[in-house]
Amino acid sequence: MSWDMIITRLFPEKLARDKHYRALIRNMVLTIIIVSMVPMVLVSSTLYLQFRQSYQGKVSDHLRELVQKHKQNIDNYLLERLTDIRLMTARYGYEQLKEEVLLQRNLDLLKEEYEKAFVDLGVVDSQGSQKAYAGPFKLADAFYGDAEWFKDVSQKDYVISDVFLGLRGLPHFIVAVRSEVDGRQWILRATIDFVAFNALVQNIRIGETGFAYILNRQGKLQTTPSTQLFPPAVIDTGDLQELWERMPSESNDVKVFLRKDRTGQDYIYAAAPLKNGEWLLVYQQRASDAFADLNWSFAITTLIMALGAAAVIIMALALSRRMVMRIVTADEEKHLMDEKVIETGKLASIGELASGVAHEINNPVAIMVEEAGWIGDLLEEEEFQGSKNVEELRRALTQIKTQGKRCKEITRKLLSFARKTSLAVQDINVNELIEEIVGISAQRAKYGMVEIATRLQEGLPPVRVSMSELQQVILNLINNALDAMEKKGGKLTLSTRQEDGFVAMEVADTGVGIPAANLHRIFDPFFTTKAVGKGTGLGLSICYGIIENMGGRIEVQSTVGVGTAISVYIPFVGSEPSENDSNEKNKDTKA
Amino acid sequence: MSLANVLFVDDEVPFVETMTKRLTRRDLEIIPAHSGDEALKKLKEHAGVEVVILDVKMPGMDGIETLREIKRQFPLVEVVMLTGHATVESAIEGMKIGAFDYLMKPSEIETLVAKVTEAAAKKRQHEEKIMQARLKAITTRRA
Repeated sequence: MSWDMIITRLFPEKLARDKHYRALIRNMVLTIIIVSMVPMVLVSSTLYLQFRQSYQGKVSDHLRELVQKHKQNIDNYLLERLTDIRLMTARYGYEQLKEEVLLQRNLDLLKEEYEKAFVDLGVVDSQGSQKAYAGPFKLADAFYGDAEWFKDVSQKDYVISDVFLGLRGLPHFIVAVRSEVDGRQWILRATIDFVAFNALVQNIRIGETGFAYILNRQGKLQTTPSTQLFPPAVIDTGDLQELWERMPSESNDVKVFLRKDRTGQDYIYAAAPLKNGEWLLVYQQRASDAFADLNWSFAITTLIMALGAAAVIIMALALSRRMVMRIVTADEEKHLMDEKVIETGKLASIGELASGVAHEINNPVAIMVEEAGWIGDLLEEEEFQGSKNVEELRRALTQIKTQGKRCKEITRKLLSFARKTSLAVQDINVNELIEEIVGISAQRAKYGMVEIATRLQEGLPPVRVSMSELQQVILNLINNALDAMEKKGGKLTLSTRQEDGFVAMEVADTGVGIPAANLHRIFDPFFTTKAVGKGTGLGLSICYGIIENMGGRIEVQSTVGVGTAISVYIPFVGSEPSENDSNEKNKDTKA
Repeated sequence: MSLANVLFVDDEVPFVETMTKRLTRRDLEIIPAHSGDEALKKLKEHAGVEVVILDVKMPGMDGIETLREIKRQFPLVEVVMLTGHATVESAIEGMKIGAFDYLMKPSEIETLVAKVTEAAAKKRQHEEKIMQARLKAITTRRA
């Protein structure tokens, strides 16, 4: 999923399309993700790498030790067999051993001592002909002149051969010792049982895939590894030969290394030279098996990281969504406020200008009108009587007076626009004011199919407030009511009554009503459910402020689908004793 | 004898001149003044002034201050306020302080004359009452 798609799904369209907000969202999301993920990744990977290193070290040490131990075992085993034969050679000599009976007895002794280690014994002369034989096979006259081990033993004093099939057709190997009697060389040779030797190596097993075998210099197997793990089909002498290349030529120590085999599997190898570097003991185990614990912890770590990353991303998106939505709301409010402030400022400066103009115009107009009046006065003089243009002059003067009055009317309107005259507090009959405003609103109500009814209590006491403010409140309430019934029409009822020192005025409509969730917010500044540009959300909050200032209160009752009734309570004149006193005083001074 | 002895106070000189001519023609004795200070000075000089026609908006000492001063120094002199629209509040304020009435500018000359005559009549009545009271006091003392 692309970034754009995520943004479009998660955020309102208008927000997703705005370049500024998109950049904001992207920066927030990225910051949160980076700040939370980087430490997590660093800590986890450091720990994991440390753990891997120490674990691999541990595994490799373990294998090294294991192979070292077995290498010693096997070397000892071979050395012991060799020692047995050398001992026998030294003890009996050629002549005695030529006797097959003695040979047989020695073989029986050896078998007794070492169970099945020895298969047979033979005495061979320098030409390679077997002179005496003890063992289960009929090999008395066998000729070994061409055998590999025979050639080797002619060079050295003793030899341990590679595993081969030989004359009998069974895998075995030979331990042979050369000796000299009277200038004649002879050889005592023993066949070591392959099965017994093989068991030594085959028993090295660890885990599910760990096993061991022995190689000679040519890369040929000297033991049979478990066929289940190392199918003969896979055996590739060249591949195994390569293992030799990894061994340091001088050292006799165990070497541990990782290698891919021909099938592409990763294996861990532990190898040690045997038999003075002629053979190689190899232990191999699949890396996945050897490092199973490590892989398991890697999987766990990865899983936790993935879950953590998912959580971080979700949180980053959710958090930035919430933040950006708040910013959007704040921006919108600020925008509205700015507009309102500009509007207010504009109105104020227009008002200032208007009142200045009105006042400045007033004086010259007054002078002009008075001058015209003076001309009129002069026309009354006798000298002008009978002049034929007197009537015309009088008409002109009347016209000047009429236009002067017109100017006066214009300046009056300008001033009332500036509202400089109207904030004065005066006694107002609420009923009269309502009738007047109903008259103004009647036209709009007719278009909205709204019927206006009034139920006004007779003889209400007057309230002492600013006429224009009260007008504004009533007009606002009526307009809101008409808006609420805009779609279907309905009935608007205005009623007044006297109640505990207050004049109560109720504006009730049969409109859409206000949902309970909005009810406590309707007096908040800038709260509006009207379309953008239709309402500023200031009407009711201004009403609220005005009524509070008058010492009154506003109450709302509304049911969705039934209608809304807003009641305004204003204290009337005389309801507060202190105000009453000052009124009396004023009256006195006036009289 | 004139209908009333009037002090006309307005900072607009041409207005004062014209009004002086027109009101004089209607049998009012007019003394012109163009500021609050001048008005107070003229009041001291001419003891016979019965009514002051006072513009509310004037530079320097404005109408309300002048009114307060007149009422303090010459409590029996009646004052008719003359005002543009923007100063209706001040006119009302003036009424509270003790002006006889106020008129919007420009107003009909006849209305103004009627107002002034009324004010003068009231002033004379006041003076008469005071005179009688004094006479009474003297007579009672004698008796």
